[in-house]
Amino acid sequence: MSEIWTSTMEIFTSYGSMISLAGVAIFGVMAVNALVAVYFERKVSAFMQDRLGPMEVGIFGFTGGKNFWGGIGQTIADALKLLTKEDILPDSADKKLMILAPFIIFIGAFVTFIGVPFSSVLLVSHFNIGIFYIIAMSSVGVVGIILAGWASNNKWSLYGSLRSAAQIISYEIPAGLSLILVVVVAGSLNIHQIVEWQADHRWFIFHSPMTVLAFFIYFISGVAETNRTPFDIPEAESELVAGWMTEYSGFRWALFFLSEYANMLIISILASVVFLGGWLSPMELFSVFPDSWLILDGVWWGAFWILIKAIILIFIMMWFRWTFPRLRVDQLMHLCWKILIPFALMNLVLVCIWELV
Amino acid sequence: MNTKTHIDQSLIKTDEMVLNMGPQHPSTHGVLRLKIHTDGEIVRKIEPIIGYLHRCFEKHCENLGYEQIVPFTDRCDYIASMHMNHGYALALERLMGIELPPRVEYIRVIVGELQRIASHLVALGTFGLDIGAITPFTWMIRDRERVLDLFEYLCGARLLYNYIWVGGVSHDLPEKFIRRTKEFLDYFTPQIDEFDQLLTFNKIFIERTADVGILPPDVAVNYGVTGPSLRGSGVNWDLRKNDSYSVYPDLEFDIPVGTGQMGSVGDCWDRYYVRMLEIRESIRIINQALKAIPAGDVHAAIPKKVRPPKGSVYSRFETARGELGYYIISDGKNIPVSLKMRSPAFCNLSVISEIAEGWMISDIIAILGSLDIVLGEIDR
Repeated sequence: MSEIWTSTMEIFTSYGSMISLAGVAIFGVMAVNALVAVYFERKVSAFMQDRLGPMEVGIFGFTGGKNFWGGIGQTIADALKLLTKEDILPDSADKKLMILAPFIIFIGAFVTFIGVPFSSVLLVSHFNIGIFYIIAMSSVGVVGIILAGWASNNKWSLYGSLRSAAQIISYEIPAGLSLILVVVVAGSLNIHQIVEWQADHRWFIFHSPMTVLAFFIYFISGVAETNRTPFDIPEAESELVAGWMTEYSGFRWALFFLSEYANMLIISILASVVFLGGWLSPMELFSVFPDSWLILDGVWWGAFWILIKAIILIFIMMWFRWTFPRLRVDQLMHLCWKILIPFALMNLVLVCIWELV
Repeated sequence: MNTKTHIDQSLIKTDEMVLNMGPQHPSTHGVLRLKIHTDGEIVRKIEPIIGYLHRCFEKHCENLGYEQIVPFTDRCDYIASMHMNHGYALALERLMGIELPPRVEYIRVIVGELQRIASHLVALGTFGLDIGAITPFTWMIRDRERVLDLFEYLCGARLLYNYIWVGGVSHDLPEKFIRRTKEFLDYFTPQIDEFDQLLTFNKIFIERTADVGILPPDVAVNYGVTGPSLRGSGVNWDLRKNDSYSVYPDLEFDIPVGTGQMGSVGDCWDRYYVRMLEIRESIRIINQALKAIPAGDVHAAIPKKVRPPKGSVYSRFETARGELGYYIISDGKNIPVSLKMRSPAFCNLSVISEIAEGWMISDIIAILGSLDIVLGEIDR
């Protein structure tokens, strides 16, 4: 009996189990993020548009009344509905690729979370190539998008996926250049060391005029990479019906949705880690508070601060979406190649000079 | 080893792709089908295919009494039903030579201009939706609801009114209608500035619509384009001024025309902005009409039996979409021998194959939205 017990414990403590534990944790974060973010987005859009948003579905008998919490169970009900829907594959679609595509997109978002920190210790792994890994992995999803569009055998999907591929690949360049700028200053790709640099000196957004510009370039590119308005041309509803997602429904479509909101979270957390001090308390910015208040910098407070910063950035993304019209595909490329990339390159050169002087 | 030393050009030749936009598509404004020949994102040729909402309006009219046709006209342009009623009533009154009490004329002008506001709000909101801006749409629909509330208070219906009858209107103005209309105008006038801030002068919106889908004035006239779409091309032509009816000659208002403020004359932005300015003009007209409205009996001139004399009439009327014409042939009986409707959106749509070629798919959506079509009226 005791042998079985020890062997069970061994399994639980073994390396493989740790990985699966991390996997479950990441999946939990992604699922909760999607549920909360969808509800948040629907409420934010509703209040911006003089509506109430979801108001009917409660959870465990808690309906929340006629205020912000009304309809709190709506996204859970929606998720259940999606999971129980009929699985539809069009006759003329390339079925293998069509089944494969959502998983590639999902895995792209999933493995990115390995490098994404939620606080100084709440992260799966911090390794030397942290930022590089995140940039590399978050671009895996585009393969799935192209596959999804091609395999659907639908003209709208094809348009959507080609637009999406062009857009995501283009906007990775200014995003990457802006992050390189921080790497140059901090002298490390490791996320821990970047935040430590900010703890020792100051937040990167306050470092120099160039980093302010880099933050904006990164954030705009991030919005474009997540295919959100004003850069949502790949799924432009009024043009391409639903873009590359047109033929998908049910569980596979839910995976797309999960990945989209996970990507939003990744972009926002990365922006707050790299530019906004990560898990550092904003209280440190103001020396008016007594030192004892800086106790707010603990492990769990770190998670609190990083999420607050990320949520503010996500809110700004939603604000964009419900305010702006959509750009045209050539204007989008114009913005990327003729405005953002030259500025990002010039920025990089200037910040090198700034560091030397 | 290497069987292919060069790439066979015939294998990679590019071809045009035919894309069927509609009849079920989010932004064809109804069941319109556009057959688009595309070369990548560029549109080479575009054919509008209509008839999915054909309800035999004109044939039905040959078997209906003149009074019974009024609710059928509602269902043609369901976004601006009052105008359809009014145009029809006007045609028959001209044929029968009916003199209307002044109160009826003023009521018709007030509800007609309220309807113009409501219709333009839908047009502008859905145009924004086509460009990708969702919030302006909900704001404009919110304000349109207030106009519909007024109409509901006036005649009980919110969409298909059957309000303007031959020789009069179905009900007199309710007691508080004038006060409620004034309250609405006081509320609504500042809202227009808000729409301007949110959408009209938005940089992305201007990028998307200025210099896109330019409709030159001569092409517009040749195709018979009318209404705000024609005035967006800089042609000052409005039947309320040029072939005036009702009490419009007594009222003071301007006809806004496109000036090419953001791009060239006749682009999508001009067509959009003309509608925005027309809303302001409508408010001016309503304010004057509310002051000048006399007392009187609105049922005084309604004939017991609508039996026009032998003959025919062509009468035209300026709706929110353009020039609405009714051609009615009567043989003296209580049903028309023939009734033909010249619907404005039909002619406005026909110009799309002329102006939309060479633009991108996204621009097609913008151009279609700026022409403001209603399929119920095109197919009849």
